[in-house]
Amino acid sequence: MAMTPEVYRNLFKKRATILYPFKERELIPIPKGLRGKPSFDLQKCIGCSMCLRVCPSETIEMIDDEEGKRPKRPIFRIDRCTFCAQCEDVCPTHAIVMSNNFELAGFDRKQMLLK
Amino acid sequence: MSDGFQIIVGPQHPALKEPESFTFTVDGENVVKAEVRIGYAHKGIEKLAETKTYIQNIPLVERICGICNVAHTLCYCQNIEYLYGKEIPRRAEYLRVIIEELNRIHSHLLWVGVAGHEVGFDTLFMLVWRDREVVMDLIEAMTGNRVSTALMTVGGVRRDVTPELEQKLRKGMDILEERTKYYRKVVLDERSLLQRLIGVGRLTSAEVVEHSAVGPTARASGIKSDVRSDDPYAAHDEVPFNVISYDSCDLFGRTVVRVDETFEAINQVRYCLDHMPSGPIRMRLPNTPPRGEAVSRVEAPRGEDIHYVRSNGTDKPERYKIRAPTLGNLSALVEMLTSKGDYQVRIADIPVILAGIDPCMCCMDRSVRFVEPAKDREWMLDWEQLKQYSRRN
Repeated sequence: MAMTPEVYRNLFKKRATILYPFKERELIPIPKGLRGKPSFDLQKCIGCSMCLRVCPSETIEMIDDEEGKRPKRPIFRIDRCTFCAQCEDVCPTHAIVMSNNFELAGFDRKQMLLK
Repeated sequence: MSDGFQIIVGPQHPALKEPESFTFTVDGENVVKAEVRIGYAHKGIEKLAETKTYIQNIPLVERICGICNVAHTLCYCQNIEYLYGKEIPRRAEYLRVIIEELNRIHSHLLWVGVAGHEVGFDTLFMLVWRDREVVMDLIEAMTGNRVSTALMTVGGVRRDVTPELEQKLRKGMDILEERTKYYRKVVLDERSLLQRLIGVGRLTSAEVVEHSAVGPTARASGIKSDVRSDDPYAAHDEVPFNVISYDSCDLFGRTVVRVDETFEAINQVRYCLDHMPSGPIRMRLPNTPPRGEAVSRVEAPRGEDIHYVRSNGTDKPERYKIRAPTLGNLSALVEMLTSKGDYQVRIADIPVILAGIDPCMCCMDRSVRFVEPAKDREWMLDWEQLKQYSRRN
């Protein structure tokens, strides 16, 4: 019966959970440096393909650059991403930065393309 | 197959939500024989590791086990560093110990909750898991993710502890210590819990040695085996800690060992924060390690984790072999589940005994035996056949 006092105390405490996703969304603690959906800035990209080499899950594909500024440019298939952030670490111009967006569920894989 | 009434448990959800199958021969309420069948979750990680570069393999190795992911990545990165023959910066080693011990706290608290759930004491389960969120938040703040930490890399770690985070860690450790003290009291005093733990799942120290059980399962039977003290890695040669052992040889002992190890882990994190040397956190290494082979050992929350690598001088490993701790504990589990002499195993005790070794079946499945019961035939594929099957036509 060692837990009885604790159980009674908890009756008068605020609940530990959050009513996600419909209410109290703002209460979710998002720490600085969360590895969420990657964001990509094409203007900073120099087309070095370093991100392609470290990606473990074939998320990144190098395609021809429509602007012709760089040899190749990456596109990201976020449905395959494991959010390890190795591409962010290796990017020499900080074109890839992990955002804190973690709500990534969807119905169509084709729409999960980051250009 | 022996005579008697047989109960088949699994492969869907026997106690834990993992696939493994048990055939129990029962006599009334007593289990007289247990047979275990594994191999339902063969993921092909070792073969996949041969097709990826060393840096790409880090997130792959992390996915061997969700809960002890730090132990596996640490073991992997250490292994590759052994290939290079290089020592990483001291600060990185301290950071590795911090995250490893945070991982151990989270795993042990998770287990205490699961044990409560398995014995039908869900109040304990709910409260422990609520307080476990403290350590989950700390891991998230330190690495950027609650579970898959991705902190390790070959040559060091990827993120440093800022002064702000250090304060957070210290505060979190205080909360966790206070709460764990309370749960220790509950585990030692709560009658409904003690009745389901004392004398259940007996494993004598002779049986531990015979079946080479590892981790808290071995330590609860009085065997003081811990890689952190037997063969120190990272900063464990400097960070002091006690190897916790208990001699009750039953589930109660396993629970006490895990709770006490949580205190040790909290103290190790504090020591690391106090004595962390300054300096770089990562050493850059070339992409291709030299030819050779290496073996690395790490004390995962569940026991000793062993990784082996063979390099042929390219940027991909030629062979990677993983021995997850649960495989070491599995034959001991069969021993615990078999009644002998004055030790009786009841059917109702099966789930909690299974959960008692803190199994991680999916981490463990590394080989497959093919069985054709109609023809009474069993076989395994040899290395050449595996290579043939793995080739794409």
